[in-house]
Amino acid sequence: MGNKDSFGRTLIFVLITCLVCSVIVAGAAVGLRPLQLDNKQLYKQTKILEASGLLTQENKSKEAIQSTYQKHVTAKLLDLKTGEFVEGDAVNFDQRLAALSSDTSIKPANDVAKINRRANQTVVYLVKDDAGKTDTVVLEMRGSGLWSMMYAFVGLSTDLNTVKSVIYYDQGETPGLGGEVENPAWKAKWVGKQLFNNNGEIAIKVVKGGAKTGDIHGVDGLSGATLTAQGVEKTFTFWLGEEGFGPFINKYRNGGL
Amino acid sequence: MADSQAMKKVLFGPILDNNPIGLQVLGICSALAVTGSMQKALIMTIAVVMVCAFSNLFISMIRNQIPNAVRIIVQMAVIASLVIVVDQVLKAFAYEMSKELSVYIALIITNCIVMGRAEAYAMKEPPLMSFLDGIGNGIGYGAMLMAVAFVRELFSKGTLFDIEIFALVQNGGWYQGNGLLILPFSSFFVIGLLIWAIRQYKPEQVEKD
Repeated sequence: MGNKDSFGRTLIFVLITCLVCSVIVAGAAVGLRPLQLDNKQLYKQTKILEASGLLTQENKSKEAIQSTYQKHVTAKLLDLKTGEFVEGDAVNFDQRLAALSSDTSIKPANDVAKINRRANQTVVYLVKDDAGKTDTVVLEMRGSGLWSMMYAFVGLSTDLNTVKSVIYYDQGETPGLGGEVENPAWKAKWVGKQLFNNNGEIAIKVVKGGAKTGDIHGVDGLSGATLTAQGVEKTFTFWLGEEGFGPFINKYRNGGL
Repeated sequence: MADSQAMKKVLFGPILDNNPIGLQVLGICSALAVTGSMQKALIMTIAVVMVCAFSNLFISMIRNQIPNAVRIIVQMAVIASLVIVVDQVLKAFAYEMSKELSVYIALIITNCIVMGRAEAYAMKEPPLMSFLDGIGNGIGYGAMLMAVAFVRELFSKGTLFDIEIFALVQNGGWYQGNGLLILPFSSFFVIGLLIWAIRQYKPEQVEKD
């Protein structure tokens, strides 16, 4: 045991190192977990408020976001197939987790957005105005871009046709090119666009080279990011279709929310 | 105990005289990835300084106990643990930054500078000096990162730390952003030019052929 390079000493040293390292790592992970979960939830709430247009310069503090969220936003669980709201814990529902299991998700027949699996249920956020009337519906969408799965909150008016906002909150596209889906200037181009045409068909497009002025269904593409922009369009095509929010939208487009 | 002269050399030497990126050309991979904006580069710098300093400190403390046959893997274990701790701390206190940086933070493990200093310095020198050496090399790496990020962010997006310096054309200003500098590989040009500038200033760094 005297020589530090002997077999026994080496073994003991390695074991002790592993133990100490794992205690430190586990300690950090467990000890900081509550803070991390807090951050995650706050981030999500911030993005939902942004999508519903309730996020202003003044109320960016943590407390303000939490209280605004509590006051205005109701999360409801939706069954995508029937388009009906169902009972359940919408606050802690994890769509990504649900999409992993074959019991709680399906493989879409026409997976244009390349999402691979789609959870049977999703959360819809109903946002009330100051008078307590629902005026914005926030839907969660996702679809593949060039490199990554892109996650977005889409704020719609209660006609479920007019876009209020498109907020990408998690994506790994090239910064400066595809990553510009988070650029305020581009997000502003979505405001007021119509998702469906008069016949109720999906009409929203992302137009390479720029949409014609006055085109209520077309949004300018992103220069240098054709594939990301196509991914955005396909995300909408999928989620507005039959395997996405289609049944829900058909049910409620004439009011009722 | 080391005198203050030697401490100074260990701490500030890596910034210009012996820059890990500039002279040793280590850690280039992450220097390409995180230099798109100053803010990212700064967070990355802090993370690397932390990891490098503490890995040097801990490895130096146990340097006389580490069996020779497993020394590299022991260094890896220490470094990897520290990187995970840094990642967790970022997630808890700088969530938005960690979302953007997370994968690169994890890749500090493979940053040659951290391991290079552990193997080349901390295995031989006492803890305090090793700790300072870690900080010094972290700062040397960071200084280069910040310099590259300064050029890239300013000329690609017209901003510094997201504060507008040049008004971009697409926001109604006059400056046409340089699309090349947005892409990570453009750092090669910037780093190359910086190395040239340093070697003009300090000709003794030029390799003899």
